[in-house]
Amino acid sequence: MSQTDLEIVVDDPTAPDDNSPSVTRTGTVEIIACLLLLALAAILGYDNWRSGASWDSTGPEPGYFPFYLSIVLGGASLYGLSAALLARRTRSETFVTRAQARRVMAVFVPTLLFCLVTQFLGLYVASFLLIAGFMRAIGKIALWKSLLTAFLFTAIMFVTFDIAFDVIMPKGPLEAAFGH
Amino acid sequence: MEAFGLLLHGFAVLLTWKTLALMMVGLVLGIFVGVLPGLGGPNGVAILLPLTFTMDPTSAIVMLSCIYWGALFGGAITSILFNIPGEAWSVATTFDGYPMAQQGRAAEALTAAFTSSFIGSLVAVLLITFLAPMISSFALKFGPPEFFAVYLLTFCSFVGLGREARHKTVISMSLGLLLAGVGMDTVSGQLRMTFGSSELLRGINFLVAVIGLFGISEILLTMEERLALRGHAASISLRVVLGVWKDLPKYWVTLLRSSFIGCWLGITPGGAIAASFMGYNLAKRFAKDPETFGKGRIEGVFAPETAAHASGTAALLPMLALGIPGSGTAAILLGGLMVWGLNPGPLLFVEHKDFVWGLIASMYLGNVVGLVLVLTTVPIFASILRVPFAAVAPMIVVSCAIGAYAIQNAMFDIWLMLGFGVVGYVFKKIGIPLAPFTLALVLGNRAEDAFRLSMIGSGGDLKVFWSNGLVGSITTLAIVLLFWPAIDGLLGRLGWTQRTGATAR
Repeated sequence: MSQTDLEIVVDDPTAPDDNSPSVTRTGTVEIIACLLLLALAAILGYDNWRSGASWDSTGPEPGYFPFYLSIVLGGASLYGLSAALLARRTRSETFVTRAQARRVMAVFVPTLLFCLVTQFLGLYVASFLLIAGFMRAIGKIALWKSLLTAFLFTAIMFVTFDIAFDVIMPKGPLEAAFGH
Repeated sequence: MEAFGLLLHGFAVLLTWKTLALMMVGLVLGIFVGVLPGLGGPNGVAILLPLTFTMDPTSAIVMLSCIYWGALFGGAITSILFNIPGEAWSVATTFDGYPMAQQGRAAEALTAAFTSSFIGSLVAVLLITFLAPMISSFALKFGPPEFFAVYLLTFCSFVGLGREARHKTVISMSLGLLLAGVGMDTVSGQLRMTFGSSELLRGINFLVAVIGLFGISEILLTMEERLALRGHAASISLRVVLGVWKDLPKYWVTLLRSSFIGCWLGITPGGAIAASFMGYNLAKRFAKDPETFGKGRIEGVFAPETAAHASGTAALLPMLALGIPGSGTAAILLGGLMVWGLNPGPLLFVEHKDFVWGLIASMYLGNVVGLVLVLTTVPIFASILRVPFAAVAPMIVVSCAIGAYAIQNAMFDIWLMLGFGVVGYVFKKIGIPLAPFTLALVLGNRAEDAFRLSMIGSGGDLKVFWSNGLVGSITTLAIVLLFWPAIDGLLGRLGWTQRTGATAR
């Protein structure tokens, strides 16, 4: 196989290292997830039981259907919990490595910040900051390219949604200054 | 031929410049979405859905379904040129598609993929054209017990026939059904599971959950991997296209078999992924020289692509005829129908003839236009991959947020989307399937209403689900499917004991 005919090459400067140590194992996460689901099933089950999970003269009460579903969910989570606990000794799959976790956080934290900024400054300002910041910090792309891309994308979104299709997005002080 | 006349009427609805333009836009966006890593058919449709809120339903569904066809076409491009399946259902396409590209036959492989996609969809659309009206007119006789039995059948077949561990499918499904019940109870008007929160009063919107589960979580998952890629650039010349088409009749058995598998798995919740692998494996098993598969054999591209597309298209049949989606994307389209104020189900064929036949006609036209479009524009779309993921990822996040907000104009929904993103990420990593959750969330309320109405009708007697031959056989079939693995094992053991008995004799 010759390498000369390869024409499209994209590099990933911050790619996660292949032999990075494991942070948690899949089995552990499964146990936590099952415990959380069990707790959820208990809370929802209680709430439905309170709003009436039996029969009255008109048929099933509002909580009837979801109450039994909570029991199904709880039962399945219990089963999953015991299966995960039993399999834990024999199996040790990596849930996420340290390098992978760092990369996932590198997207998750900016996304979280983006949601926060959207709440206070509006979606378009937040989107500009997210795209420019992410391209510069994670992708190591030249600053002017990052800023230009972020501006163009945000502008296109604004024109498409707010002006052309009349789908109104949350806005903040900046848009207010321009009279939107 | 009543269907034929109605279909012609559908084409008449469709052939306006505005609809055709929307069709092209949808196809281009769809291919784009299919090519980009971290975005697939369901995400693309979910994110772009808000664009259609202000359109009339027919234009909206035409554009959305074209996004879907485009995404199906787009997945093949990255599989063949870069060995990266843009979609899970294109994994089988990489087995022979990428080796062909390495041998310098990329154009041939792409033509084969697009053509077979086209054939697969066409077979499935033909099936929809003639079968869907029949099923829906039959389903018009259904009362609440019958509908509940059909929903039960859908849920049970997911549990019994799914590939994942069964308790995980049950977790996913019951969670979806529970969350569907949050908010105002439609029968009694009482509030359920809101815990005094005014935000939860509206309920958990299906589309918000989908955008988080598929869009945001997919970005998180994609970031875990090394995103460097190298691949072949290819353009397709007319000579290659004609060459492949000339050889096409030789492979009619493979094409027909894969179309059949695809249609079957598309209607049942097996899905396009299972269909593409099954199509590939069967083509390999029936070949005279199975060892040449995986080394760049054109049949290895025909088989999975035909099956995947037939299945992706056939998944719309139960959605149109019964209001039950056969795939994740179909579920999102169903969610769209409700947003536009249409009530999915058999009545759709009676009350909204223009809409249904416009959609079916757009399946024919969209696939023809899509085929021409991808064949001519492959180099442009392949070069989209040059755009670094660090630029694409934040744009997808922003699009997801816009989509989530636009549905109900609620900031709370953006937070909900983020929450579902994390849930989706964890669920995917510990093997809890998301498709049953999606299906349960979109069908939950209707299933519950059907159950309660039949209970009220019968005065609380569960025997109503066996009250006549039709509902009884559907309910029984559902329960058989729920315990299918156990029954299958039992049958297998019986067969096995017989066989050992025979050898002993």
